Amino acid sequence: MIEAISNSTERREMVINMGPQHPSTHGVLRLELVLDGEVIEQVKPHIGYLHRCFEKYAEEMGDYAKVIPYTDRMDYVSAMNQEHGYVLAMERMLEIEVPDRVEYIRVIMAELQRIASHLLGIGAFGLDLGAFTPFLYLFTEREKALDIFERSSGARLLYNYMAVGGLMRDVHPEFKTDVADFVKTFRPKIKELNDLLSYNKIFVKRTADIGVIPEKVALNFAASGPVLRGSGVKWDLRKNDPYSIYDRFDFDIPVGTGEMGTLGDCWDRYMVRVKEMEQSLGIIEQALDGMPDEGDVTEAIPKRIRPKEGEFYVRTESPRGELGYYIVSDKSAGPFRVKARAPSFVHLSMLPAISKGSLIADMVAIIGSIDIVLGEVDR
Amino acid sequence: MKQPEEISEYLKNQFEDGHIEMETGDIGEPRIRITAEVIKDVAKFLRDDEELRFDVLMCLSGLHYPKEEELGVAYHLYSMKFGHKLALKVRVPIEKPDVPSVESIWKTADWHEREAWDMVGVNFIGHPSLKRILCPDDWEGHPLRKDYVQQEFYRNLTTLN
Repeated sequence: MIEAISNSTERREMVINMGPQHPSTHGVLRLELVLDGEVIEQVKPHIGYLHRCFEKYAEEMGDYAKVIPYTDRMDYVSAMNQEHGYVLAMERMLEIEVPDRVEYIRVIMAELQRIASHLLGIGAFGLDLGAFTPFLYLFTEREKALDIFERSSGARLLYNYMAVGGLMRDVHPEFKTDVADFVKTFRPKIKELNDLLSYNKIFVKRTADIGVIPEKVALNFAASGPVLRGSGVKWDLRKNDPYSIYDRFDFDIPVGTGEMGTLGDCWDRYMVRVKEMEQSLGIIEQALDGMPDEGDVTEAIPKRIRPKEGEFYVRTESPRGELGYYIVSDKSAGPFRVKARAPSFVHLSMLPAISKGSLIADMVAIIGSIDIVLGEVDR
Repeated sequence: MKQPEEISEYLKNQFEDGHIEMETGDIGEPRIRITAEVIKDVAKFLRDDEELRFDVLMCLSGLHYPKEEELGVAYHLYSMKFGHKLALKVRVPIEKPDVPSVESIWKTADWHEREAWDMVGVNFIGHPSLKRILCPDDWEGHPLRKDYVQQEFYRNLTTLN
């Protein structure tokens, strides 16, 4: 009898399919997991379920300005940042000087969007690990940020607000007070979040020492944003390769510390996002002080966009990491080639390397901690 | 921090003649044009050289030049240590679009190269699994080629409209 049982425990591999409709894959991502018991031996991500030919559209459209609404739809959680990167690239191509007021409004929008995006990222991360309440708290705050976007641009998710050389329309009259109110009410909520989720024992147990990304691996995979900073690399494009007017603001770059476990684990990446929201609040406050009250935000918009022949690779810090646009111009009215280098795409390609040997239940934590948006992965 | 021109001169001293030259447009960043045969050696050199240390491959893109009947690959490199940037460019004829893979040098190239294969059809030699990534495995053609015609049916489903 005892012999029969021991014989039945021979080692066997099992293949499990996770997704594309799994709730914790944050969209339509399919993972093929090869398991030995509960331990992951191999992961094969399958992507492309949300592929909408962004690059083909951009090239076929024959108009640089018409690409902007499509950039919104790449990373739909941080549409302002996607637009910001694209218009900056175009302005560098056309050598346009943008009025100060526009730059300040853009920075405020981009930082508000960063907070809104991190709130979703953190909320969904907690939700994946079984913490339902923080998600609802954070969504309440996110709504307030979206309200500001809605009042200024008319849309809550896909704004089409920034234009090459300016903005589509001026901000709403109470913009400054609205943003100041948001900053004031949001700051204490970060402490609330820390009490509720960050230092919660169950949450820490589920995230510390899980999905560790050593610095060397992160660099070899060209990781960026909170994923790279979580591994302890003090690296932020807003500081290290400043664009727009970020060199005028004073802020810190939070990095992972290994406080709860190993440096570069899921908890570190999570905490970097929390601390980043605080820094973003600081930037918004400084930008509100510096923002000129008067000025036409549409005055520098060119009537006709015809860049000379050349190539540009322009990168900005989106909430998820380095968002790069590689644009090739051949003197015509539309781009010859547009490639969007999406941070989520790069981070997702790390998944097989970082999740090998972890438990299947931790897979959910790892995906949540690299905070992917499938719209950006598949483009 | 080195400028692309300096790096180009530096590279020319390391490799045989005719493999490396500067390429500029009217505007934008200058890039170094490299022949496909040496790309892997150049990449390894760029990553490991003490004065260059290009440890990050920011972006890898495939291109199609219909007039010249060529395919291209653009590599955008960055050095965390020194802060210099570099754009490399490789161009190969469309009938034989073979480019050695740099996946073993920068792991991030794995998916980027798969995408370049999927979208424009650059054949990366030495890539561990060069399969389509965004399109289904049995899709026909390479969508980002300028002369691409979309297939009418995919598994008996109409794809147009």
